Amino acid sequence: MLPNLNNLPTYDTVGVNERIDRFRSRSIKKASKVEGLKLALSMIDLTTLEGKDTRGKIEQLCYKAMHPHDTLKDIPTVAAVCVYPTYVAIAKEALKGSGIQVASVATAFPSGNSKLQVKLDDTKYAVEQGADEIDMVISRGEFLSGNYQYVYDEIVAVKKACGKAHLKVILETGELDTLDNVRKASEIAMYAGADFIKTSTGKIQPAATMQVTYVMFDAIKDFYLKTGKMIGMKPAGGISTSKIALQYLVMLNEVLGEKWMNKKYFRFGASSLANDILMQLVKAETGAYQSPNYFSKD
Amino acid sequence: MSRLDINKTYKLYIGGKFPRTESGRYYAVNNSKGDLIANMCMSSRKDFRNAVVVARKAQSSWESVTALNKGQILYRIAEMLEGRKAQFVAELIAQGETKASAEKEVDLSIDRLVYYAGWSDKYQQVFSAVNPVASAHFNFSSLEPTGVIAMMAPENQGLLGLVSIVAPAIVGGNTVIILASESKPLTSISFAEVLHSSDVPAGVVNILTGNSEELYSHMASHMDVNAVVYCGKNQSIITEINELASNNLKRTIFYKKNDWTDNSCESPYFIEKTQEVKTTWHPTKV
Repeated sequence: MLPNLNNLPTYDTVGVNERIDRFRSRSIKKASKVEGLKLALSMIDLTTLEGKDTRGKIEQLCYKAMHPHDTLKDIPTVAAVCVYPTYVAIAKEALKGSGIQVASVATAFPSGNSKLQVKLDDTKYAVEQGADEIDMVISRGEFLSGNYQYVYDEIVAVKKACGKAHLKVILETGELDTLDNVRKASEIAMYAGADFIKTSTGKIQPAATMQVTYVMFDAIKDFYLKTGKMIGMKPAGGISTSKIALQYLVMLNEVLGEKWMNKKYFRFGASSLANDILMQLVKAETGAYQSPNYFSKD
Repeated sequence: MSRLDINKTYKLYIGGKFPRTESGRYYAVNNSKGDLIANMCMSSRKDFRNAVVVARKAQSSWESVTALNKGQILYRIAEMLEGRKAQFVAELIAQGETKASAEKEVDLSIDRLVYYAGWSDKYQQVFSAVNPVASAHFNFSSLEPTGVIAMMAPENQGLLGLVSIVAPAIVGGNTVIILASESKPLTSISFAEVLHSSDVPAGVVNILTGNSEELYSHMASHMDVNAVVYCGKNQSIITEINELASNNLKRTIFYKKNDWTDNSCESPYFIEKTQEVKTTWHPTKV
């Protein structure tokens, strides 16, 4: 049932920024930095969502997911590969036996402007193709018009269409205008059955920011305290450097705690982050600053 | 009422901005009497790393600026420097030069910029060639910039030394990160202000101040740097730069001159040192 949205906490931007500055000023060096980077790498949903995607591109991305770097020792694979529904079968085949999940966007991604039946068919198609995780978008137009029940019902219906697949609900926070709206949308998504809530499609600026991620963490924490159910979080878009990724992990640890510090409950939706992490890891090993020229393009 | 002195804060020049060093360190520069003339930023390896990122970003678009336009921009730097001669002379005098030698150094720096401005659309003809080959090919060699260059400026002539190695590198389409003379750094940052007002795109020239012994190994080992220029005589540093640079086959260039006033310090061969020759074999018969 749609939760009561009238008694939610409200967020003061100045306060949120102050809190975030604390996370940003933590100093993580040497061995702990290497550990943090490896953890971040293991949480990446390696993503390609472009009109120009091809079979070759998807296969290349999957190879990268399984073999992030060939000479670095003891590095994890990424958590998942995220593609459009038409490429799910290709990714599934390429990743066979690796344990890496295949995530697919669905529900008229990225705008979400289509009728419910089309969205459900889109979702079912992705699941049939073998997707382990579905990234859906909410109807922002309906949300901003105050039609919360519509948004809620839609998520419930998509969740049902997912079957066994995990559901990540994209709020597209760049279009929600205020932090209070982000909190409200998080609440709707969690009560409607989301396994993960996710910031952005990556197609709208601003994409993931620490501010909205903080608010969503806060919502997840309150939901956990109330229901005992752990919801995952996925900031996506614009997280391209190791430094920023580590700051997100600091925030994750301090707001949600250690239970969330794994790929089951936290993901980065990113494409260029993986290479930056690898460059940092090689730097830590060799002492020399690295060049993107020596890392695979993906 | 007497006015308070307004002293300049000397900062770094990275990506067209004037940031302080991320390390927060500084060192004092004194004149011959031991009076403080300025506190300079003591750059860290992270400042250098940041500068490489912006220099890399700027390189390809700077390379594709037309030769004519690059020449105009170099000439513009000379014009701007000419207009601020007095300030540079004063800084050089504060660092211990006589008035005559300070004036000479500034004049020569301006002239050297004009000299390389003139070469911007000419060095290609001098160093390119059509090569005779024994097969049915049209075979020709042309120049391309080496890329991102890390430089350690001559210690002796704070302005002229810096200009003499930066101008030929940028006229050839390279972008540079240069560590200024440690003991005579004032003019380097004032020169950054000149660059800033001369249509030189952000990131093409980045100027750091600090200690070369601390930074040379990072300059020589950075995998995204294509060449290292070291002006100095320390043989062990030269050897180590050569060793570290071999990891990604950086070009290494060493200048051991003390005096950059001489005519031999300006020639198109300074441009050619940071150019790569590309030879093309084009079939002429089927």
